[in-house]
Amino acid sequence: MTVHSCQNRLQDVETVVDQDKKRTMEKRKIIELTNIKRNFEVGTEIVHALKGISFSIEEGQFVTIMGKSGSGKSTLLNILGCLDTPTSGTYLLDGSLVQSMNKDQRARVRNRKIGFVFQNYNLLPNTTAIENVELPLMYNPEVSTSERQKKAIEALKVVELGDRLYHKSNQMSGGQMQRVAIARALVNNPAVILADEATGNLDTRTSYSILKLFQELHREGKTIVFVTHNNEIASFSERNIVLRDGKIISDTYNQTILSAAEALERLPKEENEEEEVI
Amino acid sequence: MNLSNLFRIAWRALNKNKMRAFLTMLGIIIGVASVIAMLAIGEGSKRSIEKQISEMGANMIMIMPYDNKAVGGVRMSASNVQTLKIKDCEDIRNKAQYVKDVSPYVSSSGQFIYQNNNYPASISGVAPSYLEIRQLKIKSGHMFTDSDVKRYNKVCVIGKTIADNLFTKGENPVGKIIRFNSIPFQVIGVLESKGYNSMGMDQDEIVLAPYTAVQKRILAIDYLHGIFCSAESEDLAPKAVESITQILANNHNIGNPDDYDFEIRSQEELSEMLTSTSDMMTILLACVAGISLLVGGIGIMNIMYVSVTERIKEIGLRMSVGAREKDILMQFLIESILISITGGLIGVIFGFFSSYGVKFFAGWPVFIEPWSVALSFVVCSAIGIFFGWYPARKAAGLDPIEALRYE
Ligand SMILES: Nc1ncnc2c1ncn2[C@@H]1O[C@H](COP(=O)(O)OP(=O)(O)OP(=O)(O)O)[C@@H](O)[C@H]1O
Ligand SMILES: [Mg+2]
Repeated sequence: MTVHSCQNRLQDVETVVDQDKKRTMEKRKIIELTNIKRNFEVGTEIVHALKGISFSIEEGQFVTIMGKSGSGKSTLLNILGCLDTPTSGTYLLDGSLVQSMNKDQRARVRNRKIGFVFQNYNLLPNTTAIENVELPLMYNPEVSTSERQKKAIEALKVVELGDRLYHKSNQMSGGQMQRVAIARALVNNPAVILADEATGNLDTRTSYSILKLFQELHREGKTIVFVTHNNEIASFSERNIVLRDGKIISDTYNQTILSAAEALERLPKEENEEEEVI
Repeated sequence: MNLSNLFRIAWRALNKNKMRAFLTMLGIIIGVASVIAMLAIGEGSKRSIEKQISEMGANMIMIMPYDNKAVGGVRMSASNVQTLKIKDCEDIRNKAQYVKDVSPYVSSSGQFIYQNNNYPASISGVAPSYLEIRQLKIKSGHMFTDSDVKRYNKVCVIGKTIADNLFTKGENPVGKIIRFNSIPFQVIGVLESKGYNSMGMDQDEIVLAPYTAVQKRILAIDYLHGIFCSAESEDLAPKAVESITQILANNHNIGNPDDYDFEIRSQEELSEMLTSTSDMMTILLACVAGISLLVGGIGIMNIMYVSVTERIKEIGLRMSVGAREKDILMQFLIESILISITGGLIGVIFGFFSSYGVKFFAGWPVFIEPWSVALSFVVCSAIGIFFGWYPARKAAGLDPIEALRYE
């Protein structure tokens, strides 16, 4: 028996122990925010986009952040995604303090621990699905070329695009592009997936299918933070945080979580035929 | 971040925009190719001049009569100025310092005839030492001697062009009688071929005869058209010229250099003059080529700039998935370096082709110096870095959120 397979065995044992822990102990906190403020200087005025936000998200939670336009959702998500730094307050991501990091370290965190999904997909133009999905791994020198391809193909299979590996971004529908974007967010096996209005540009049917995908990922244990201003979408997640004017006005757990798969079933029949095309 | 991934990223980005990359490259291709071709032309002409001069005898000194009495800008042709005499020649031979060989020179042009063949050329009347001075060699037969000179013998030594044109049936010219303006001369030797010089003059179109024979039997004159000398060495040529000047000034009784009725040119002067002209030409050509390289570089900067602006969103995305400032900087830098190096390589190939094209079609001498290739290559890589730096810096300095929001 080789050392390598020995280690694998050990890891297997460890994950079993981990899962046991999960069941018995309180779940690990992935995100911990305390009194986060974010001010923007616009000319001589100061815009208080976030006015003291505190909450924490546990491993494996599916949280929606809601609120009217301008309430600070995107600002909050950018801070969560280490794209932006708060003016004050502390942010612990997976146990490490984000404020104390420099730019390069934050880039590394984005690369290893965060998967971003955007409203407008943000795929590289004229580039194949697989190359788009490989992108985060290109900036991770620990991943070899063959590993990178393998992981990208796996991620695309998860989003049911295993047969569209070499389709270019401009040859795909909105739903497909968003799936590629989700695969890209998954490929580095992040601690948390952050989605900003990920269904904002899609029709109802496609929105449901994307939500279905998020629910499946959630079931597999992924931590998801989903920003939306659509109340309906919120009912597909387990927890809703509502912002207004840069403050949390409510933080509730859903008693009944709707299933996106069922919602998709219930849609009128005639549209159903198009499902294949999505 | 490992470099191979960055190369892959930059390569993919370039591949997405092949046409743009190619057009950018075009500037560099033309720049590098023209630098190489221009330097090759410059260097080629310089080398051929140098070669020609050393073939003519690098330590040669020419003395020509000079008509200083001409007024109103009308100057008589040198051959009608009768100031150089055989005594001058002998005095130089006997008294001048640092002078090795001396030969009088007279010439006449006319028609050479052998059987049915005729060929227009001029006959040069010289002393046997002329061979030594002009670095000529006898291929077959022999050179005429001092006694031929004394006896005004009508003998001659001919160059390859003359031999080929008169003896078309492949006869051995040595021993045959040819006629120059109906005066018979016996061919006693054939010169080794020297080919064309860089100015396109046939150096084999030459007939040498004793100067006494040409003076008395053809021209009926007692003066000389010129005197050819050789200095003991190239370095001593200026001193030899000085010594000759004194002797001639003394012989002709002229005190003021402005009144000299002769003109002395050393090969060294000539070579300096010619090489300095060709050096100047090389510099001028290189400047023009350098400017086109610079324009190519600005082209890169321009395209990289446009490309940064066009791809702000992409840059934001790359940052959001974990690209550091360094990675973005390197990506754009590598892109511009790839463009300039690929362009440079293609430019080098084009440079070679156009240089040999010039040689082949225009017949100009070219010589590609290895350093000119290295230089233009280094310069174009430097241009890639230099002109790629600023746009790359701009791209790397973008704020990820603003870049993502950019429309
Ligand atoms: N870079 C910035 N400079 C100045 N003000 C900003 C900046 N970004 C956001 N803001 C301000 O912060 C506030 C919150 O903006 P944010 O984008 O977070 O809203 P949002 O909840 O995402 O809205 P929407 O639903 O329309 O996307 C707004 O008042 C906005 O004007
Ligand atoms: Mg927003």
